[in-house]
Amino acid sequence: MKKVKVYVTLRESVLDPQGSAVMGSLHKMGYDEVQDVRIGKYLELVIGDSERDVDALVDELCNRMLANTVIEDYRYEIEEVVSQ
Amino acid sequence: MKFAVIVFPGSNCDLDMYHAIKDELGEEAEYVWHDTHDLSGYDGILLPGGFSYGDYLRAGAIARFSGVMDEVRKAAEAGKPVLGVCNGFQILTEAGLLPGMLMRNKNLKFTCGTVSLKVENANTLFTNEYKEGKEIRIPVAHGEGNYYCDDATYQHLQDNNQIVFTYAEDFNGSRNNIAGIINERGNVLGMMPHPERAVSDLIGGTDGLPLFRSIVKQWRESHVSHA
Repeated sequence: MKKVKVYVTLRESVLDPQGSAVMGSLHKMGYDEVQDVRIGKYLELVIGDSERDVDALVDELCNRMLANTVIEDYRYEIEEVVSQ
Repeated sequence: MKFAVIVFPGSNCDLDMYHAIKDELGEEAEYVWHDTHDLSGYDGILLPGGFSYGDYLRAGAIARFSGVMDEVRKAAEAGKPVLGVCNGFQILTEAGLLPGMLMRNKNLKFTCGTVSLKVENANTLFTNEYKEGKEIRIPVAHGEGNYYCDDATYQHLQDNNQIVFTYAEDFNGSRNNIAGIINERGNVLGMMPHPERAVSDLIGGTDGLPLFRSIVKQWRESHVSHA
């Protein structure tokens, strides 16, 4: 069994209105050192044992549904889960 | 002419769409549930607005994998008119039937009201009853209608006259004020504003009616000539 942590963020070339609003607010609060805020999504998947290559599977899931690659990028980490 | 109004869990403009077709246009309409696997009996497909699957993940991201979407794709490939309004537009972009993507409005607000739209292309099966360049007043209600596409896609849209409606002024941050686009073949239209809410003087205008009339007119002409 594997746990997959997927991070989906807007592409660098795409304006992030939510991130801009949060950064504006942080600046108003006095945190001038904050130079950029990008808001994204974090998903955790638990993948059961399978014949399929996990990387290929996660790429497929991300490309087909979890991310819209017109505006989003994704990356992920895979952890081995030891069943009890 | 017989229309299918596709109903997803969370659709909420399906009744308006049905009313526009049935009562104002006088054509046939039926509600069709999202797990239907046969749309062959319908001449036109309507994807209404709403919040299918609660807009979870992204607006339209889950609805696009509904059973009925394979049928919608087939209908589009067969050249039948497919109209997606608001959430319907979002589903069409997620499904890849239209290019680009609808992002959160620039001002982060869900915005409701009536806006002026410019008819950029009156030479489509959805707009032949409008005058090109005409300004029409159509209601809008959305939080994620900020149309995005990359430069190459925008150029392609322009070169093929696929930009059908634009906002008369910047409304939600959409690229070049795009409010509605059509596919290359010209039979799939997606738009954020709601023409089905502008079909009666009683509820604030009839500028949406010519859109539906255009579809029916085109359909009648093509079916008479084949008869």
